[in-house]
Amino acid sequence: MKKNNFKVLRGGIHSTFQDDGYDYAQHLGISTGGVADQDSFKLANKIVNNELNCPVLEFSIQGPHLKLQKGKCRFVITGNVMFNVIQEKKIIKGVPNHSYILNEGDVLDILATIKSNYGYLAVEGGFSIEKYRDCASTLTQSKLGPNRGGKISEGQFINFNLNGSNVNSSLKNHLFNFNDNIIRVLKGPQMNYFMQKIIKDFFAKPFIISNMTNRMGIRLEGNSIYSIKSHNIASEGIIKGSIQVPGDGNPIILMADHPSIGGYPKIATVILADIPKLAQLPFNSKIFFNEISLSDAEKIFKEKTELTKTLFKEIKYC
Amino acid sequence: MLKDISQISEQAFLIDFGPDINIELNQYVLAFSNYIFEEMKNNNRLGIKNCVPSYNKILIQFEPQLNNKIQLKNFILSIVKKDTKFIAKRKTIEILVCYDDEFALDIKDVSNQTKLNKEDIINLHLSTDFYVYMIGFMPGLPFMGDLNDKLSVPRKLSPRVHVPSGSIGIVDKLCVIYPNDSPGGWNIIGRSPQIMFNKKEINPTLVKSGDLVKFKSISKKKYNELKMTYEKK
Repeated sequence: MKKNNFKVLRGGIHSTFQDDGYDYAQHLGISTGGVADQDSFKLANKIVNNELNCPVLEFSIQGPHLKLQKGKCRFVITGNVMFNVIQEKKIIKGVPNHSYILNEGDVLDILATIKSNYGYLAVEGGFSIEKYRDCASTLTQSKLGPNRGGKISEGQFINFNLNGSNVNSSLKNHLFNFNDNIIRVLKGPQMNYFMQKIIKDFFAKPFIISNMTNRMGIRLEGNSIYSIKSHNIASEGIIKGSIQVPGDGNPIILMADHPSIGGYPKIATVILADIPKLAQLPFNSKIFFNEISLSDAEKIFKEKTELTKTLFKEIKYC
Repeated sequence: MLKDISQISEQAFLIDFGPDINIELNQYVLAFSNYIFEEMKNNNRLGIKNCVPSYNKILIQFEPQLNNKIQLKNFILSIVKKDTKFIAKRKTIEILVCYDDEFALDIKDVSNQTKLNKEDIINLHLSTDFYVYMIGFMPGLPFMGDLNDKLSVPRKLSPRVHVPSGSIGIVDKLCVIYPNDSPGGWNIIGRSPQIMFNKKEINPTLVKSGDLVKFKSISKKKYNELKMTYEKK
C-alpha cells in the first residue's frame, strides 16, 4: 500500500487521468487522447509547481468526491468549478485556481462544472499512476492507459507521490473565456467537396452543440451541410480539431479521443488556440465558425504561448 | 509518386501520393513512412509526434512550439530521393477464423446480395492472400485487401450497435478484423479467437501494415478452446 492516497467516495460522471496524450502511437490505431482543455490543465500543474505535463484528474459535469485517507496533500482545481473542502466537519467553499492543503481525514467534494464541461484536479508532486507507452492519458474506448483504461469509481484508491508543501499559491482574478462562441478555423483538407454556397452557409449560420458530444467528438446540429462529391473518402490520418461531415450532414469536430483515421470529408480545422474554449462550451451552445489563414493561426498560437507565460507569472504564493 | 505536401494545421502535414488505391502505391507509402519512423526513433530532433500512413497518404503531427516546419518539410522532401523500394520485413500471418452461423452474423445477407452460397463465400475468403494496407480506427484493426469482386458488398445501411471482438467484416474490396467490441457497419462473415492488440507487447498489433494475411478455417469447438486459451494469457 502506498503512503499517500485518497479513497474515492464517488467517481463522478466521467473522471479520468489525463496528460498531454500519446506520441508515436497513432499508426497502431491508438488515439492521441489527452486532456480536453490544455489551458486549464497546464495552469493546474503550474499552480502546484508540477511539470506542465504532469498527469491530472480530469472530470466532467459532476466531479469526484474524495477522502484523504493517508498523507498530506496540496491540490488545486482549475476550470469553472464548484467544490467544497471539508475539514473537521467544517465546509469551506472552494475557489478554483487557488491551492488547498488537506490533512488525513479531510474531504474534497467536486460538485459541478459551471456552464462548462471540464475541470482539473492537480496534486503537488503528481498522482502515482501506471503509464502506458510513457503516457498517462486514459482511453476509455480502447481501455488503455492508467486505471486499466477506465474512469475512476467509488471504493477505489488514488495514490499520489508527495506530501504536499505548506505554502499555498493562487492565481487571482483569472477570468474564464468559456463563453466566447466564435471558433476560428482553417480550410479543411477536403473543403473542395463542398459547394461555395454551402461553405458560405457554414460560416454564416450558427451550429448548436449536440448533447451527443463526448471526448471523441463534438457533434453539431442545426445547419446540415452536404457534399457535392461524396461523404466518403479513402480513410486517412486525422487530427484533433478537424471538422468532418458524415452523410447525415451534421458535422463532428474531432476531439482528443478521436479514432486514428477517418473516411469522411473534412471541411475545416479548428485552430489549436481555440480548442480549449470549444471543448468547454456546454451542450446546446450556439457557435459560429470564422475562417482565418494558416499564418494568422500560427501567429495566434505564438501569442497565446507568450500570454500563458505572462499569466503564469501572476501566480502568487500566499 | 509524391504529389503534394500540404500543411493542414499549425501542427500537421498531410502528404498526398495521388488518388490511386492499390498495393504497389501503398507499399511506396509504407517505405516512405519507414524513413519518418526511423527519424522519430533516432532522437527525433524534428519533434515529430505521430506519423500515420494510410492507403495513399501520410499524416504527420509535429510539435508547433519548435518552430521548425521548414526543416521538417525539407526532411520530407529529402525522402523522395531515397531508395523507397519496399524493404520492410513483410510477414505472412495466419489468422484462424470460424464461419459458424453463430459468428457469421451477416453471411446470409452477403449471400443474398452476391448470389453466392455460404461455401462459395467462405472459399473465396479463404483463397485470398490479403495485404494489410493500414492499421487504424481502433488499436490493432487491420484494413486488408483485395477481396474478389464477386464478394463485393456495400456497408450495412444501419450499423450494428455491438460487433463482438474478433469479428471479421467485409465491405467493397476490403476485409477488417475488430480487435474490440465496437459499433460497426461492416458485413460480418466470421470470427477469430486471436488477440489483435496486446497492450503488454512492445509491438502490440498482431499484424502490421504491409504484412500478408491468410485465413484458416476452424471449427466452433476449436474456436471455443482457443478463445479460452487466449483469454488466460
